[in-house]
Amino acid sequence: METLSYRHTAARRAAGARPMAIVGVVASGNLEVLVERVLPGSDCQVEISTPVTGFAKVWEAVITDFVERRSPGGLRLSINDGGARADTVSLRLAQAVRLIEEDGR
Amino acid sequence: MTIWNKARAARDARLRAGGRIAKGKIVQAADATALLEAVIEPGDRVCLEGDNQKQADLLARALAAVDVAKVHDLHMVQSGIVLPEHLDLFDSGIAKRLDYAFSGPQSTRIARMLFGGKIELGAVHTYLELFARYFVDLTPNVALIVAVAADRDGNLYTGANTEDTPTVVEATAFKDGVVVAQVNEIVDSLPRVDIPGDRVNFVIKSDKPFYVEPLFTRDPGAITETQILTAMLAIKGIYAPYGIKRLNHGIGFNTAAIELLLPTYGERLGLRGKIATRFALNPHPTLIPAIESGWVEQIHSFGGEVGMEDYIRARSDIYFTGIDGSLRSNRAICQTAGLYACDMFIGSTLQIDLQGNSSTVTTQRIAGFGGAPNMGSDSHGRRHPSAPWLMAGKEADPDGAPALRRGRKLVVQIVETFGDKNVPTFVEKLDAIELADKLKLELAPVMVYADDVTHVVTEAGIANLLLCRSKEEREQAIRGVAGYTDVGRGRDAKMVQQLRERGVVRWPEDLGIDPLDADRSLLAARSIEDLVRWSGGLYAAPSRFRNW
Repeated sequence: METLSYRHTAARRAAGARPMAIVGVVASGNLEVLVERVLPGSDCQVEISTPVTGFAKVWEAVITDFVERRSPGGLRLSINDGGARADTVSLRLAQAVRLIEEDGR
Repeated sequence: MTIWNKARAARDARLRAGGRIAKGKIVQAADATALLEAVIEPGDRVCLEGDNQKQADLLARALAAVDVAKVHDLHMVQSGIVLPEHLDLFDSGIAKRLDYAFSGPQSTRIARMLFGGKIELGAVHTYLELFARYFVDLTPNVALIVAVAADRDGNLYTGANTEDTPTVVEATAFKDGVVVAQVNEIVDSLPRVDIPGDRVNFVIKSDKPFYVEPLFTRDPGAITETQILTAMLAIKGIYAPYGIKRLNHGIGFNTAAIELLLPTYGERLGLRGKIATRFALNPHPTLIPAIESGWVEQIHSFGGEVGMEDYIRARSDIYFTGIDGSLRSNRAICQTAGLYACDMFIGSTLQIDLQGNSSTVTTQRIAGFGGAPNMGSDSHGRRHPSAPWLMAGKEADPDGAPALRRGRKLVVQIVETFGDKNVPTFVEKLDAIELADKLKLELAPVMVYADDVTHVVTEAGIANLLLCRSKEEREQAIRGVAGYTDVGRGRDAKMVQQLRERGVVRWPEDLGIDPLDADRSLLAARSIEDLVRWSGGLYAAPSRFRNW
């Protein structure tokens, strides 16, 4: 098990008011992302727990692109990884932000 | 005096020897091995019909059981190395030399036997190439073939899976060879004649139907969002702008996703009738929703597909069928159709290098080529124009004189940047090169050569290699769609940005595609059961794909 943590400053604060959201599942080749609106300003934090070691550079690149493209300011994202590929990680992160930015019901 | 008919006399002697075991042309299954010992001589070239799908399994077992003192050192010339018996022949010394095209299920064992020197390898071919050599320098002395049914005169009915049989028989029967057929049943009257009886010397009724693999059934339930994204990119970024109507799809999940997106995403883009109307293609079950939605005009097939028989019979406007109503497939002709009459091949692969060479071999597995290189190559013998072909030719050579400029077939590799177990698809050096070194092959087994590839599609975008003007641009275009692999992260960001501005590299946002829209709800069918429903119950899914 490897844990990784990345802190970024996003371009802007994520929209919406929903306090938290979860997407994905912890399964082989998949991942679960918990996203919480708990950070000040446009701070963003991504915590990763993964069974696969040796992919730190890939994670770093994926998270950097994600912050640039989706601007998840104010969010803490916790990833419970099941050995997902980078493309799936990107997609789940984007889905998590979309969900938390939806108008609250 | 010169004798000009030695081979015919030798063939007649073999037929007399075999005739002692037969009653007319009919031989009992229990006598199959004795028949083969009678008609095969040491050192013969033998085609033991192993096709992509159907297998002469009884004859394979019979040949594996011959007395090696009588039959040995055979030179096997067949397209598929599929059954364990195909390789057992080399372990026992019955066979020595091998020329073939495809070895999917035996790819690990064949690699081991090649390294161990058990097999003297001629070459690994593409289908058309091996078939061509049947008529020049690899003509079989004996062909052991398989059909659904025979009559007492030896006429054969091959049913939906005709595949390689007409080609194998043509080469053998008309060059003084012996043709032995295994059939599921012997009947008085055949539904149709696929192989005339005067080309068939002996017929054996098998105790059980021959083995046939449902090789082209892709469960929509296993299609991922990433594959859907690659399919959206391909449809919007390639099919639509080139107006691709005549094409071949590979076997993978990415192209299955394209098939299932035509009636949904393709419809929304207004593309029905404008793209994907005519195929050289096996009867893919995943194409059923597009056919039912009126997208497809015509399909010619290399082989059949288990479970598709009744559907095809009921849709004869789409498929090629015989007088009996069932599918007529023909691998050699369909490969030719793919090579000369299709404007695009799109398929997947395991490894792509920095110039765009691709390969499906790894150091542990030699899967062979099959037909992909015939589909995935630009025929220099083509002379008829078409809009996509001319457009691609112009992109490659914008300054050339139009009347003298060759068109280009689109050869599209559609992959995900990482494969199974997070293994990167993009590599600096193909494993095929290491394999060629180890086996001392003169050629590395490259599936599609870089100079034939026109586009690479991944979830990260599309690289249009026709628009690249230098080796460096080509490398950066490929790096530009290689995502988070080492190759992708090693890109020159500034140069890729310039390539995006020129449309050489197009990322999803450049095409107005949001990866978040790549959702399984876009699939016209999300399960095998959905496909059965789309077919009105005509598609009989094989049991291994059923969960209801």
